[in-house]
Amino acid sequence: MLPGFPHAEPLAGLAGGILIGLAAAVMLLGSGRIAGVSGIFARATGVASSSLPRVAAWAFVLGLPVGALVIMALNGPLTPSFMSLPWIAVAGLVVGVGTRLGSGCTSGHGVCGVSRLSPRSLVATLTFMATGIATVAIVNALN
Amino acid sequence: MPQKLTSEALVALVSGVLFGAGLALGGMTDPARVRGFLDLFGNWDPTLAFVMGGAVLVMAAAWLIQPRMIHPLFTNVFSLPKVRDITPRLVIGAGLFGIGWGLAGLCPGPGIAALVIEPVSAAVFVATMLIGMVLVRLFEKDA
Repeated sequence: MLPGFPHAEPLAGLAGGILIGLAAAVMLLGSGRIAGVSGIFARATGVASSSLPRVAAWAFVLGLPVGALVIMALNGPLTPSFMSLPWIAVAGLVVGVGTRLGSGCTSGHGVCGVSRLSPRSLVATLTFMATGIATVAIVNALN
Repeated sequence: MPQKLTSEALVALVSGVLFGAGLALGGMTDPARVRGFLDLFGNWDPTLAFVMGGAVLVMAAAWLIQPRMIHPLFTNVFSLPKVRDITPRLVIGAGLFGIGWGLAGLCPGPGIAALVIEPVSAAVFVATMLIGMVLVRLFEKDA
């Protein structure tokens, strides 16, 4: 599909990205809000307060697996490859702490903020891309 | 439920479903693919660049429409981030988030969406992410 990258799926990636962009656009133009998953999850669970009604926060959070189910119904089962559970647990903790301190994740900063050219989001996105790339490089080197 | 609350919850649900579908279609619910994208110095998989690119392009169009609207379609005001300063907290948080993202190949959206794909692994991720978020909140209360 993509010369030099036999495992890449650029068309599916682009289509998925367009859906994510539409999702964020619906949130912005419909409700006037940023579709930032970590923030909305924090709002839903009561960790953070915001003007977003809690029922709306839960509607968004529960919509995520529903959307994945729709794709599985249309495209057939997904065959992901997850890391081991202890590894995931450590990562989850770090992601939870990091997204609260950094006020966002790949969606709020990476999609909504970068497309708005927000300086904070540009800095955050460059930072988490850099540490993510470094982490994978170190882990792969150790293995 | 009051009409405004209902419409906000519906907007959030539509956004969440689109978001989850985009994540699954774009391959972001497969940690191996995400880690492949972060493996810039190894066996790089550029798929996620297409996901991010598609999402940012669509959302950039939404940001062009937004200033021309008096208010969002279903609410009275735009509730958008007003903080502009780039703080150590932002950079440290984003840096930590990137480490967790690289360790497990999961960020908050795909972690939640994957609850219907790989339930045990995703539940461990979501639960530990919540613990991390609560930890930040506890620390902030003490500070």
